[in-house]
Amino acid sequence: MADPLHQFQVTPLPGLDFGEVTLPVVGTVHLAFTNSHLAMTIGFLIVVLFLTLVTNGAKVVPGRLQAVGETLFGMIDGLTESIIGHDGKKYFPFVFTIFTFILGMNLLGMFLSFTATSQLAVTATFGVITFGLVVIVGIVKNGANFLKLFWPTGAPLLMRPIVGLIEFFSFLLRPLTLTLRLFGNMMGGHIALKVFAGFVATAVIGAAGWFGVLIFPLALGITIGLTALEFLVAFLQAFVFAVLTCIYLNDVVNLDHAH
Amino acid sequence: MDPQAAKLIGAGIAMCGMIGAGIGVGNIFGNFLSGALRNPSAAGSQIGNLFVGAALAEALGILAFVMGILIWIS
Repeated sequence: MADPLHQFQVTPLPGLDFGEVTLPVVGTVHLAFTNSHLAMTIGFLIVVLFLTLVTNGAKVVPGRLQAVGETLFGMIDGLTESIIGHDGKKYFPFVFTIFTFILGMNLLGMFLSFTATSQLAVTATFGVITFGLVVIVGIVKNGANFLKLFWPTGAPLLMRPIVGLIEFFSFLLRPLTLTLRLFGNMMGGHIALKVFAGFVATAVIGAAGWFGVLIFPLALGITIGLTALEFLVAFLQAFVFAVLTCIYLNDVVNLDHAH
Repeated sequence: MDPQAAKLIGAGIAMCGMIGAGIGVGNIFGNFLSGALRNPSAAGSQIGNLFVGAALAEALGILAFVMGILIWIS
């Protein structure tokens, strides 16, 4: 039986392994179209196709599919509006893109044997893009005032450098926690699923003897429950990523009137 | 002690970080529920905050989990 970590292996798809290629700037890389690429591409296509389908025959009174799309859209719209405020509309496309893409890949992971968001490289890219955008927006919008983010005016004067230092390091930790939250949740959930599914398989093939009669219903029930929980987590993590992106953007967009 | 055994025990001990995350998430949901029962009309608007708080508390447990996995597979 395959171990629970087997599902996270990135392997080139048959016939799409291009071997070692020497590129001008990067150097020698192993070029291949892997199952991770495939999962991300399908996730991207599903998001684009879904939103195209939703907006294609848009009616004043929405049908079922259009209602789903409008709910998703309205949810993120309300999120940016309520957290970032008046300027929220400007950042809505970024937040919505990240939300739908992560949601698409998370949900796809429940149907395919591979979850793109359980790869540290994928979630780290999301974390770094978000962090980079926050820093760029902060510097472009505020200039040198950006450093005021690390100068807590609410604290006593003596404590300000110390609190500011802590603020600075917690700011630098943001991409790390964004990355690890998504990665850890998806990987942990799928490991737990696979472990309990493994118990079911062990009981069914009779490896546990007569004891399997007891293990089988228990493990199968837990697997079903965990599957339902994973669907919740898949949505929740995408939502949390969007909310945190909004909160981090709000820190730098409304720097003057927030502190 | 056999290094392999020490590594596996270490990975298990690293999971102790999950205890704190469990306490934190339980605190958040418990306090939300007690607050929501006192003022149910305001509860609906705080669902977003609830899940963000739970996710922030949970992330620290996830750090312990990732550390355990790293020790295990290294």
